[in-house]
Amino acid sequence: MDTVVFLILRRMRAPLLVLIVTYALTTAVLALIPGIDAAGQPTAPMSIFHAFYFVSYTATTIGFGEIPSAFSDAQRLWVLITLYLSVVAWIYSIGTLIALLQDRALQRAIVERRFARQVQRMARPFHLICGYGETGQALVQALTDRHQRAVVIDYDEARIDLLKLGGHREYVPALVADARRPDNLVAAGLRNPWCTGVVALTDVNKTNLKIAIVTKLMRPGLKAICRADARDVEVNMASFGTDHIYDPFDTFAVYLATALQAPCLVLLLTWLSGVSGEPLKDPIYPPATGLWVLCGYGRFGKAVYQHLKAQGVELVVIEADPGLTGTPPGGVVAGRGTEAETLEQANIHRAVGLVAGTDDDANNLSILMTAKQMNPKLFLVARENHLDNQELFEAVGAQIVMHPSTIIAERIRVLLATPLLSELATYARYRDHAWACELISRIAALVEDRVPEVWEVTIDADQAPAICAATGQGSPVTLEALLSDRRDREAQLPAIALLLVHRSERTLLPEGPVVLRRGDRILFCGAERARSRMEWTLHNDVALDYVLSGESHHPGTLWSLASRLVRGPVRHRD
Amino acid sequence: MNPEKVVFGFFIVLALTLNFGFFVGELDNPEHHNAWELFAVVVVNLIATVLKFGDRTQIGAILLSTSLVAMLQLIAAVVVWVVAVHVTGGGLTPATTASIVSLTGGAMIANVISVVLLVVEAFVLRR
Repeated sequence: MDTVVFLILRRMRAPLLVLIVTYALTTAVLALIPGIDAAGQPTAPMSIFHAFYFVSYTATTIGFGEIPSAFSDAQRLWVLITLYLSVVAWIYSIGTLIALLQDRALQRAIVERRFARQVQRMARPFHLICGYGETGQALVQALTDRHQRAVVIDYDEARIDLLKLGGHREYVPALVADARRPDNLVAAGLRNPWCTGVVALTDVNKTNLKIAIVTKLMRPGLKAICRADARDVEVNMASFGTDHIYDPFDTFAVYLATALQAPCLVLLLTWLSGVSGEPLKDPIYPPATGLWVLCGYGRFGKAVYQHLKAQGVELVVIEADPGLTGTPPGGVVAGRGTEAETLEQANIHRAVGLVAGTDDDANNLSILMTAKQMNPKLFLVARENHLDNQELFEAVGAQIVMHPSTIIAERIRVLLATPLLSELATYARYRDHAWACELISRIAALVEDRVPEVWEVTIDADQAPAICAATGQGSPVTLEALLSDRRDREAQLPAIALLLVHRSERTLLPEGPVVLRRGDRILFCGAERARSRMEWTLHNDVALDYVLSGESHHPGTLWSLASRLVRGPVRHRD
Repeated sequence: MNPEKVVFGFFIVLALTLNFGFFVGELDNPEHHNAWELFAVVVVNLIATVLKFGDRTQIGAILLSTSLVAMLQLIAAVVVWVVAVHVTGGGLTPATTASIVSLTGGAMIANVISVVLLVVEAFVLRR
């Protein structure tokens, strides 16, 4: 911690010694040489005090002409030497100090110390994000946009510089450091009680694995979320209890398969995880029956193949190098897919959809353009490998553009910001299609073409003091009451309770007179104003009283007195 | 033998011996206490202080603090001297001399602690 001070002190030893010796020597000699008076008679030497005074202003080249009498020639000779000696000593000292401040080791120590202090001072929950590549950038952006805090570590200085230029809504402390080293993770707040989770998003699987291990060893209770691109690493991470492991390709393949089978469900989750206040996205209906052409049979292609096959979709695979990637059970069309001939072989004219899933953006774009020319009715799905090419993919007119980093970032953001929403997503998959469609129409009726606000409420002393107090006094509060308007209790707030968690029991879309108990967690979605009105009912006794009983008696003495005068004594609530 | 340690020990002991040299004599007799000796004590103590910079051990920290105490006392003594001789013009009266010498006496105790610590450290290292 005090490395910086010690480093400076240690390095400044030699220059300080030089200064002391120079001052001592020049002062001493000056105080020994006799002076001369106006008549030319020798006088006693200067006192040590006067000599020190003279040396002090000479050495710093301030140079008053202030000392009382003119010097003797012997004194002048020594003053000459004093001048050159002391100026050199000062230049040496200042030079050393400047060199020291430019020293990389010192600068590094200063930066690390400042970073550790910033992290220590974080007095709100934050997430520790390792790796500031495209995924990390998207995640930090998404988190700070929602006023959540993050701490970032990356080994690449250029990326950290980028972060500092980023202009996020929340201040994001960042350090250039190797996230594989436990001490760096500790400096970044791994042991900090406010740290709510560690997210490993580096592009190296092994690093992510190491971060997960360190997290689980040092803070076993802490949530560890990792990105993994390979099956064996995933299994390895899961073996020691990593909480969430995301494989971008698998995640997307599941998404695509779900979109084919249950477009309403996909739309529901897209709406709920969007940025509130933005226009709602239109539903996408990929053709569920008919032939699909899949270009590329790498990691992405394999995941898509597996999940679409499981849906019973008819598939043709095009792969440039089947020897390297292996061949799917149904056989493969050899070729890149960028030329008409290969697409012809894959029956592009008969196909309803095409997935351009190679790891080269130029090839993917070329495939999409060629295929579109040959069959304009195709439903196009594109894999975008680099975010820089976003405009190109928009121009080519693909209905779904899949970008691995954004997908992972979005998933993790939902998980961190609204964990109940990611639970909801899991349960919703087991519901039928009609359930999701009905919920969508209910939400659409609430929020007039804008993405709804999604929020979680925990019934505890912190988030719902009024409800806790009422429950403690024996008047139970129902979900219905919480959802009624505090201005007019007959009216309902424009919000829906999506999920209620009571201990380990989960209720999807809880309705009516469900009694809320301490420790319950509820996920709501609805209009922005519903959230702020609900805050009132959660926090304010008077608002809650009104919602429960229809009576708004004010607890203040003055008001009670006034209302007693008007209405007689206050009635007790039964 | 570590030459750095020799220089280190030399200055710490020299700070004590010079300090003692100035201190010894009648407390209030200016004849017994030389200005040059005080000058030397201040300079050598300064050097000893700087030499103690940058040692992160516990004993290093205590050594540095004793030196800082000694410097504080010595600078106070010098200020008293300068004020008495040059500012008020009262000269070295027995009262002023006594206060200067007693201040350096305090510094000497700090220097004694320094030397004791140095010896203790040497013994600990030997074991």
